[in-house]
This record gives sequence, C-alpha cells and structure tokens, in this order.
Amino acid sequence: MTATQVTPRSGTPEPPQRHPEERPRRVLRAGPLSATYRRRQLTVPVVVLALLVLVSALSIGRGDYPIALTDVLRTMVGLGDPAAEFIVLELRAPRVVVGVLVGIALGLSGALVQTFARNPLASPDVLGVTQGASVGAVAVLALGGGSSAAAGLLGGAGLPLAALVGALATAALVVLLAWRTGIDGYRLVLVGIGISAICTALTDWLLVRADIAEATAAYVWITGSLNARGWDQALPLTLALAVLLPAALVLSRTLGALQFGDDTARSLGIRVTGSQALVLLVAVALAAAAVAAAGPIQFVALVVPQIAVRLTGGSRPPLLASALLGALLVVGADLVARTVLPVALPVGIVTAVLGAPYLIWLLVSRRSRVR
Amino acid sequence: MTATIPHRTTTARGPGRVRLAADGVRLAYGADVVVDRLDLELTDGSFTAIVGPNGCGKSTLLRALGRLMRPTSGQVVLDGRAITSTPTKDVARVLGMLPQTPVAPEGLTVADLVARGRHPHQSWLRQWSSDDESVVAEALQWTDMAELADRPVDALSGGQRQRAWISMALAQGTDLLLLDEPTTYLDLSHQIDVLELVARLHAERGRTVVVVLHDLNLAARYAHRLVAMKDGVLVAEGTPAEVLTEQLLADVFDLEARVVPDPVTGTPMVVPVRRLNR
Repeated sequence: MTATQVTPRSGTPEPPQRHPEERPRRVLRAGPLSATYRRRQLTVPVVVLALLVLVSALSIGRGDYPIALTDVLRTMVGLGDPAAEFIVLELRAPRVVVGVLVGIALGLSGALVQTFARNPLASPDVLGVTQGASVGAVAVLALGGGSSAAAGLLGGAGLPLAALVGALATAALVVLLAWRTGIDGYRLVLVGIGISAICTALTDWLLVRADIAEATAAYVWITGSLNARGWDQALPLTLALAVLLPAALVLSRTLGALQFGDDTARSLGIRVTGSQALVLLVAVALAAAAVAAAGPIQFVALVVPQIAVRLTGGSRPPLLASALLGALLVVGADLVARTVLPVALPVGIVTAVLGAPYLIWLLVSRRSRVR
Repeated sequence: MTATIPHRTTTARGPGRVRLAADGVRLAYGADVVVDRLDLELTDGSFTAIVGPNGCGKSTLLRALGRLMRPTSGQVVLDGRAITSTPTKDVARVLGMLPQTPVAPEGLTVADLVARGRHPHQSWLRQWSSDDESVVAEALQWTDMAELADRPVDALSGGQRQRAWISMALAQGTDLLLLDEPTTYLDLSHQIDVLELVARLHAERGRTVVVVLHDLNLAARYAHRLVAMKDGVLVAEGTPAEVLTEQLLADVFDLEARVVPDPVTGTPMVVPVRRLNR
C-alpha cells in the first residue's frame, strides 16, 4: 500500500489510512428530489461562476472609454450612473452575454460528446459541426453575390441560418456513416475527421472563388469572433439554451450508465440506441447554435470538459462545470484578444493558440499512460 | 436502518417455476448461425452452469437470455412474457447481467459503480432514495467492498474488481443473475473467492444464477445444474453427476478423462488423460 495519510477517521474500526484518490460521496435531498454529489462538484462551479462574473466585468470595463471594475459591477446590479449604464448595458454587455452563452453551449456540447464517445478526443469539432457550419456560411458569402452580402454579414439572418443548416447536415452525415446497429465512439471520431477534411476542402474552394472582400469577411467568420455580436445573436441562442440545457441535464443520468459500454448499459435498463441518438441530437444542436451565433470558435468544446473533469474529479465531464468553464474560457479569451495583444484579434485565434498545445499534451500523456 | 436488499420482488416464484426460458432459439451474427433451435428452462432458485468448448455458443446463449441479443427465430421468455417485448427497464429490475470483463470508466469509484446498479429503480426526480443508500451500503458490506468504497475501480486488483461488479449486480436487486465467465483472468484462489460469493448470493439471497464457466471442476462443485453445449447445440442437461461423464467429455470436449469424486465435496471431478484426435 502506498496510500498516504489524509484524514484519519476517528472512532471507526476502519483502517486509518485512506487512498489518495478517495472521494467520499454525499447525499443531497430536498423533498422528493435527491442526488449524490461530491463536495468539489459543487465548489468548482461556484468558484468558476465567481470568476466568470469578474472576467465579464473586466471585459465590459475595457475599451475606448474605460470604466472601473467597481462601476461596472455597480451598474450590473442597477446602481450605476446613466452614462455608465448606457455604455455597459447597451454597448458592451451584449457582446459578453453572447460570449457567455456561446461558451455554455460549447462546453455542454463537448461534455456530452466526450462522455458519449468515451473518448476525450471527441468533440463537436470532430463531428464536423464547425466545418459544416463554415461551408454553409462561406457558401452564402461567396455565392450569395456581391459585397452587400458581406456588409450585411452580421445582421442578416441568412448567414447564421446557413451555418446552422451546414452544421446539422454535416453532423447528420457523420452519424449516418458511422452507424452500425449502434454507434461506436471510435468509429464516430474517424468518420468525423474524414468528413471534416472534405468540408475544409469545400470551404477553401469557395474562398478561392470568392473576391477578396468577401473572402476577408468569410475568413474572419471562420475564425470565430464576438465582434459586433449583440442582442440579435443573444436572443436565439438564449431560446436554444432554454430548451437544450434542461434536456442535457435530464440526459445526465442516462449518460452515467451509457459510459459503461453497450452491454452493461442495456442490462441496467437503458435503451442504448435511443439514448445515444438523443445525446447526439442535443450535443449537435448546442454546438450548431453556438456556431451560428459566433462562428466556429475552435477547441473550447474539446478542452473545457477535460479541464472540468480534472478539477471536479470523477469519471466523466461534469455538465454544469463544463458549461460554466466554457463561458469563462470564451469570455476570457475574448478579453485577451481585445486587450492584451496590440491588434484586436478574433477570439477564435486565442482559443486555438491555447487549445492546440493542450491537444498535443492530451495525446502525449494518454499514450504514455496506456503503453 | 431496517431496509435490506429485497430478496424477491416478482410473483412468479416458487421452486420448479420456470423464470427464464429459451424456446427454439436461433442465434446468428449475420449469416453465421451460432446457436440453432435451442430449448432451455431455468427454474426459480436454480444455480446453473453452462459449459462447453470454446466457440460452442455458450456466451452467445447467455447474451440472448440477458436480452443483449435478439434471436433470429424462437424467443426468450422471462416470467411468461417474451423478453424482447418487455420494456428494457422492467427486464433490468428482474434480470441482472454481468458481461465478460466489463470495463468501468476511468476514475469511477467502487461506491459509484455499485450505486449505478440502482439505475433501473430510479427516475430523474428521485435520483437517490434512502432505500438506494442502504441497499448500496449493504451490497458493499456483503461483498466485503465497504473499505474500498471510495477507491477508483481501475486501481483495484482483478479479484477486487470482480467483487465490485458483483456488488453492483447485488445492488441492482434482481431475482435472476447471469454471469459470463466471472472468473476469467483470476488466479485460482480468487476464482474460488468469486464463486463462493456467487454461491452465497444463491443460497442466502435466493438468487437464480446462470453462469458460463470454463473450469468443469468448479462448475460441478458450485452449480446444481449443468448444461453442456457443443457447436451451438445443447448436448446434455442435468445434475453435475449426470452430465459430467467420461463419455460426454469425449463427445463434447474431445477429451479422454477419468471422472472421480471430488475428495472435498463429492461432486464429479475431471482428471484429464489426453486429447482425443478425431
């Protein structure tokens, strides 16, 4: 036994040593509602939420007309002066709200896909959602005709809709091709990579055909950005989350059993194929909604669930913590993109710069553990 | 703390009553027929071991009995009802199945694993009742896993891991328990350990047990009924003494062997002589 002494339990005849990886369960009960949890599963979301409020306030405060953090916070609770209120609520908050909502959707979607595929490399990016959305969006920009389309790019309903359709169609294609009486996570990832490559090629071809102004607009969109995003994007995203967030939480219980593999899940009373389809549907819809609002912000859905599971402990990415961490990462990366660097960059570049090394680390560390 | 693991929940009980039956079952993977027109009846409170050479279809049969595989013809009947037309959750409250070498997700603790056994008894609103709590605690105690409850399953030894899975099956509280080679990859003393645990589940908890086993001597020692299969066909069925004859060993296993009484239990014991070439 290499167990180190943590906290000796007094008064019980149990062995005094506890394994370092031990995590005691607790029970939460409120009338007919009951669930088990571990302490970190509650503390992590609370801490992340506090950080999210702080970073959001910082982000709102930064800009051509800086506002002190305390003034931002005061305005957020309705105690600010009218000038600050206008800037905070009308001009800057919408961007941050979109960032928060996009992050929640991406974090949740990633947690669902990774649990479902039993693979930390899986994410909606791998399912082709982002690449499919790019094809849809770039097709509208490049084929939709003229630079007027590019000018009305962010306000128009056509582009988000095209991105949504592209995302859903691509994910449906990936799932259909990976389907064999059920879904194997590994197969899903492989088919997803193939289809994503085809989508990327299509996007490039469309970009080559487009004239330079359209291509530039399309390129910014492909990177994923919160620039000029406001209530027009926040509203549909809020509606989508109002449906999909409860759906994801209801699926949480089934996910716990699905993790085991088909045979064990089935003998625990899970209708495996139906449950898998439902999880995929919710995950793809979440990612597609996020992409339609802000463009494909890369790596958030891949990285966040793995960070969340390492923070909370346990055997699968926690849904709530993943959602909040996603929001924190997107808003935080946007803050960095806008302020720390000399040029204002799209947020997707910052997440990609953070995400790529993480992906490499994940591949290397998993390989050394398995072999 | 008066709640205990329920002994039986359904009404279809009593000695001699058929709980689970295969009725002319034909099982195939694509065009490859593994089991053909097989009939088998498992009565309430019985302890049956399915034996046979590798590839004889015994694990496939067990999967069909556990509703993990749909017969291409014939049917599996659970408590008088076709198992394929019974809702998954209803089946999961009566019939538990432990697949061969099941895999637990990385980082899952023993207590969490055992708690997942309560899944068929829970709903979204009622995720964790005090009944669940005491059933899981008792299942952990009963399988000697209480001290390891907060350990990750992947940090356990092979024998402990198998105990944890059996603990989960116990917490599921099913009358019927199907185990696919629960002793695979275990050393002899841990094989005995696991089978003793299963035998106690049968004797003390009144579980109806069906187990696929490779070791004939252990099968004869623990099971009250043996089913011998070869090439997807049921060759013999009966008490260990009726089934484990020298003739059967030659027919089914291509093995010349002596069968002598086990010096400890008196059950038949196979002493191999040589493999028959045919």
